[in-house]
Amino acid sequence: MDLLIDIAYLLAAIGFILGLKLMGNPKKAKIGNYVAAIGMVIAIIATAILILNNSPKVANVVFLIAALTIGTIIGRFMAYKVEMTGMPQLVSLFNALGGAAAVIISINEAVINLNTPLSLLVNIVLTLGAILGGISFTGSIVAYFKLANKFNIGNQNLARILSRLLLLIIIAGSVAFFIVPGLGISFLTFIVVMSVISLIYGVVFTVPIGGADMPVLVSFLNAITGVATAFSGIAFNSPIMLIGGILVGATGVYLTMQMCTAMNRSLAVVLAGKITSGNASKGSNASIQVQRITSVETASLLAFSKNIAIIPGYGMAVAQAQQACYELQKNLMSKGASLTYIIHPVAGRMPGHMNVLLAEANIDYKYIKDMVDVNDAMEQFDTAIIIGANDVVNPAAETDEDSVIYGMPIIKAYQAKQVIVMKRGMATGYSGASNPLLERNNCKVLFGDAKESLTKIIDELKKI
Amino acid sequence: MANQFFISDIDGMYVLFFSLLIGIEVIKNVPAILHTPLMSGANAISGIILIGGIIQLLSVESTAYFEIIASALAVLMATINIAGGFFVTHRMLSMFSSSKAKNK
Repeated sequence: MDLLIDIAYLLAAIGFILGLKLMGNPKKAKIGNYVAAIGMVIAIIATAILILNNSPKVANVVFLIAALTIGTIIGRFMAYKVEMTGMPQLVSLFNALGGAAAVIISINEAVINLNTPLSLLVNIVLTLGAILGGISFTGSIVAYFKLANKFNIGNQNLARILSRLLLLIIIAGSVAFFIVPGLGISFLTFIVVMSVISLIYGVVFTVPIGGADMPVLVSFLNAITGVATAFSGIAFNSPIMLIGGILVGATGVYLTMQMCTAMNRSLAVVLAGKITSGNASKGSNASIQVQRITSVETASLLAFSKNIAIIPGYGMAVAQAQQACYELQKNLMSKGASLTYIIHPVAGRMPGHMNVLLAEANIDYKYIKDMVDVNDAMEQFDTAIIIGANDVVNPAAETDEDSVIYGMPIIKAYQAKQVIVMKRGMATGYSGASNPLLERNNCKVLFGDAKESLTKIIDELKKI
Repeated sequence: MANQFFISDIDGMYVLFFSLLIGIEVIKNVPAILHTPLMSGANAISGIILIGGIIQLLSVESTAYFEIIASALAVLMATINIAGGFFVTHRMLSMFSSSKAKNK
């Protein structure tokens, strides 16, 4: 029997690894997701059988089945209800739940073993699991609110000081508890106190981190949950938890690093919350004089453009303008123009997010180019239409050392012969930096809702 | 619970380091287009923490109400993480494949 269980766990581990591998291949990603999910189901069933085989507690099975069923229903509901624009928030929220589960499980393990002292190793890994789970939980919640723009940044300097202080307390407290004998504090008390401090730390650690860096943070916290899971795996003597946790930790850290590279920022700088530290760096577009353009003029301009670039941003997705974008693409291509979508690595809210949003509107990915592939040849475009993107085309990132986004790679849209920016108003982008692109000679601004503007342009184009 | 993980041998360390290396190796050179689905897929796998909850829930006495409720809550949360993660990944990846099929 035990051998069968071990084989089941092995299959689950292979499922995770194979699943992640396949998910990295555009053609097989969907199968990869199934494989990983099947691995998870096998692990759950094997564990239930293993434990029940040793000590049949049938009454508790009711709770297990209830929790699994309700959890699946809620998870499925959330997954299908969310708008694709809200994807990063949702991942963050799911991750928060995973972190919370890690805290509860660690504390619960201390309660269960209240009268039977655990080994030092188990105590240490349980503590680490609770601390990391706690940070991941509240950190992800703050990230969720920041991504949903529901979070007003409080006193960041205070948060920064507090976060360092709390980190110090967590480290010093843990070291003292495990090294100094006879402190007279029970393990349960200790782990509860540490969990509470970690929960607060998760908040103050996340608060100073800039809104534009949230995707990096979500990925990083995802990795933290993985590591917390791995530690719990050691405590529970469960290799599948260890493997799953480490896999997530490794992939999470790797993805985080890749995102940082895409934004030309180091992880240390992101986590220190440096982006919002300069007071003078925030700007506004209030004083910028722009050249306006109407939908009709835009349509005629596009009708005479042979080579067109569309640079979509989060604003396009918010306006639900993807479908209109696809209609525009069809119309222009029927007129013989060539059309390219240029995607910034962090367009939308996280890497690949914009690709998902465009795919939702059935836009074929052969027209979609990554920023790095076209950035050296932006002059080839007769017209570049920027729909709801701001920071990712902001030349201040190249020229203005005081700007909050200085150093971030941008799409060099300003090099196109003519630039049209579709905006609702003069608001700044997510980072809050003012955008000097708007006052350039080759830039015209088309004010209005992106979807309405695009629809008008398409109507005009049909007349031509 | 006797923990044989590191005491008997260092199997655990092998598992740890190999998983770490495999994790990095497996997602190397993944195109940016798949980063978001991959992140949510990995996020779903991190819900494997629920195994710990299941072990607790099924081993405590049926009268230990606090422990049962706590572990059932942990299992519930982790299940939402897992199910939600896999479903949302599936939804995203379906969009990619439908756009491919339609244009072919």
